[in-house]
Amino acid sequence: MSATERGMRLGLRVLGRIAGSQRLDRLRVRRPAERLLYRATRDGFRASGAAGRTFKAARRSQPARLQAAGESGLFDLTPTEEQQMVTDAFREFAEQQLRPAAGAADSACAAPRELLEQIAELGLSMLGVPEEIGGAVSERSSVTSVLAAEALAHGDMGLAVAALAPASVATALGLWGDGDQQATYLPALLGDEMPAAALALGEPRALFDPAMPRTLARRDAGGDYVLDGIKALVPRAAENSLLIVGAQIEGESPALFLLETGARGVLSRPAPTMGVRAAATGHVLLPDVRVPAAALLGGGDPAVYAACVRRARLAWCALSLGTAQAVLDYVIPYVNDRVAFGEPISHRQAVAFTISDIAIELEGMRLATLRAASRADAGRDFAHEVAVARTLCAEKGAWIGSEGVQLLGGHGYVTEHPVERWYRDLQAAGVFEGALLV
Amino acid sequence: MISLEVPRKFRPLVEQAHLLASEVFRPISRKYDEAEHTYPKELDMLAALIDGMSDGGESGGAGAAGVRRSGGESPGVRNGSNMSTALSIMELCWGDVGLLLSMPRQGLGNSAIASVADDEQRERFNGMWAAMAITEPGAGSDSAAIRTTAVLDEDTGEYVLNGEKIFVTSGDRADLIVVWATLDRSLGRAAIKSFVVERENPGLHLDRLEHKLGVRASDTANFRLEDCRVPRENLLGSPEVDAGRGFAGVMQTFDNTRPLVAAMAVGLTRACLQETRRLLVGEGVCADPDTPAALQSAAAAELLSMDADYESARLLTLQASWMADNSRPNSLQASMAKAKAGRTCVDVAMRCVRLCGPLGYGQELLLEKWARDAKILDLFEGTQQIQLLIIARQLLGKTSAELR
Repeated sequence: MSATERGMRLGLRVLGRIAGSQRLDRLRVRRPAERLLYRATRDGFRASGAAGRTFKAARRSQPARLQAAGESGLFDLTPTEEQQMVTDAFREFAEQQLRPAAGAADSACAAPRELLEQIAELGLSMLGVPEEIGGAVSERSSVTSVLAAEALAHGDMGLAVAALAPASVATALGLWGDGDQQATYLPALLGDEMPAAALALGEPRALFDPAMPRTLARRDAGGDYVLDGIKALVPRAAENSLLIVGAQIEGESPALFLLETGARGVLSRPAPTMGVRAAATGHVLLPDVRVPAAALLGGGDPAVYAACVRRARLAWCALSLGTAQAVLDYVIPYVNDRVAFGEPISHRQAVAFTISDIAIELEGMRLATLRAASRADAGRDFAHEVAVARTLCAEKGAWIGSEGVQLLGGHGYVTEHPVERWYRDLQAAGVFEGALLV
Repeated sequence: MISLEVPRKFRPLVEQAHLLASEVFRPISRKYDEAEHTYPKELDMLAALIDGMSDGGESGGAGAAGVRRSGGESPGVRNGSNMSTALSIMELCWGDVGLLLSMPRQGLGNSAIASVADDEQRERFNGMWAAMAITEPGAGSDSAAIRTTAVLDEDTGEYVLNGEKIFVTSGDRADLIVVWATLDRSLGRAAIKSFVVERENPGLHLDRLEHKLGVRASDTANFRLEDCRVPRENLLGSPEVDAGRGFAGVMQTFDNTRPLVAAMAVGLTRACLQETRRLLVGEGVCADPDTPAALQSAAAAELLSMDADYESARLLTLQASWMADNSRPNSLQASMAKAKAGRTCVDVAMRCVRLCGPLGYGQELLLEKWARDAKILDLFEGTQQIQLLIIARQLLGKTSAELR
């Protein structure tokens, strides 16, 4: 099968789902915010995985793996046809569904369930999973995931995080899961009743370094691991059925563990943050939670853990692109319409030059992010490129959020305009570790 | 298919350019910084070599040969001479910006000729070194306000040029000077045309050579044009004064040359970062890409931050040249690249000087020289502020009358 044919298949498969979703009653997502599932008033930790979802262990002798993407040897900024189709579809969905729902979801600290179901129906979690086990791709597809994440975040970053968290777990299983892990978890993650799931790397302390988690994994005599620690900034913490947890194997290196939260002792507590509130982040407490040796992801290879950290940073870069673009798209008409001293404020260089600088830095962020993602797809080392993208997206992204408010003056500070939310959201790209990956 | 790596086919060119930069430019870098106004004769041999590289097809030298737009003759994505030229300039300016600017037959005038001349003119001026004369004492960024006049003498079929031109890079060394002049000041920018003047023309008088902050290997000449007569065939482009297109024509050169100036800045930035990294490693400081910057030393964190801006500038530059190669309008991206690369190289060069302290500020190494050289890259071919104006006008949909 040629690359184009494979591409078309991805396009058709995901687009088929997208087309199907057009029949969905769009009004359903406009239900009042009060009916959202989140119970913001409840304090304290409670049993995680509210739905009580369990996974039926299944076996598969060999894992399915994505090939490295081929390289043309050319410098090229043209997305493939299917990448363009996927981007257009998610972008349209984001405009029509996510943006209108963003304010209420931010206030409620939760994503409307209907909206998450709709996104799941679009095939988001298929974008990083091999075809032969139900996904939509045959080659590594970080670039596609970056474009999709950017498109969704242009609608709303918090809702995008809520939707991308389970898709990220599916991608991680595609990348590093063994046959049994893929057979056990992917059918659910790719199915219609997609459970909440997330990548739990962060921890609640200053100067956190994901390479040195304090959450410990002790190997006991029977070969099981006992996880002990607390993870922070976990999306949809109250409802996750499946987590990929980063923990330090005692005396060894950090590693990733698949954790069914139905397991005894996993607790979560809502921990709302400054921004990306629709993602309903929280702390997850692991008080000596026992997992079998088979829960170890990627065989405990330190390189897998490092790649996971890098791919997570890349996902946050992708989100910051979408939100920063939203800022630019919003402030341009605003400064053209807003009149002061007898003319549009865009006629003043102090205003106009800020617009130029936002555009310049955003374009640099975008190119750096795409370069890191395309290197990941090609199977090249991408540590340096992720560091570049992360630095740019954290520093310039937060600056763009700030200037977005500044350009609206006092109006930017009130919630009537979305720029104050974007100011809060754009700060996330430099803070979050894990939660998502591409 | 998205990929932002240096094209495979250009890797030999990049290696070759890097070799030239390290073996030819670097060893004489300080010498010509100190001996301002002395012609770097080492460049003659090198220029012949670059000519060979340029004639070899899609592997432009220092910018003169390779900025003409192709009609997109082959389907699909192209990596062409705009990108290869940008890449080789990055390497050569890693070596020395002043020497790159002094390269025979690689002047901005050559770019103008390559970009807008007709076939006859290109044939006639082939192999000659052409400088560019735009700026006047009273008109810098505001190039539409130039006062140098060109009047057609119907009897002789010559244009008669009068005026004063400053900041002409390699003006005294070149064979030709491309002079911007107006056919009719009352008609504004549409009447501005460029004329090829031979250096030996008796109406062209050298006033002086400037003493500069940096890029001292490159000479900067000031001229007077007094009844300077040039044949009418030396007008580049159309002699018609077309209010709609005239000035856009001469300005279009910038869409092609700005990414090249950005490439100069990128090359210099890399030189600073590389040297600083070397000196810091000697002091036990090494930046780790995976560890959060806040957990590393302040010097390492600064390296990471400078490296990020460097990459942003580099990728913006490659994007602008890629668009030119693929016949896509790139004036927005060209200005973005120029603005980002220009300010980044100044910022990085100054920070590197401070990080390296006495070694950065002293003249035994080249960091202090690079910090002086850097500033020109945020000035010529449109200052930082001019780039921001161009970008803002495009994004906001404003005319130059509305957004001044």
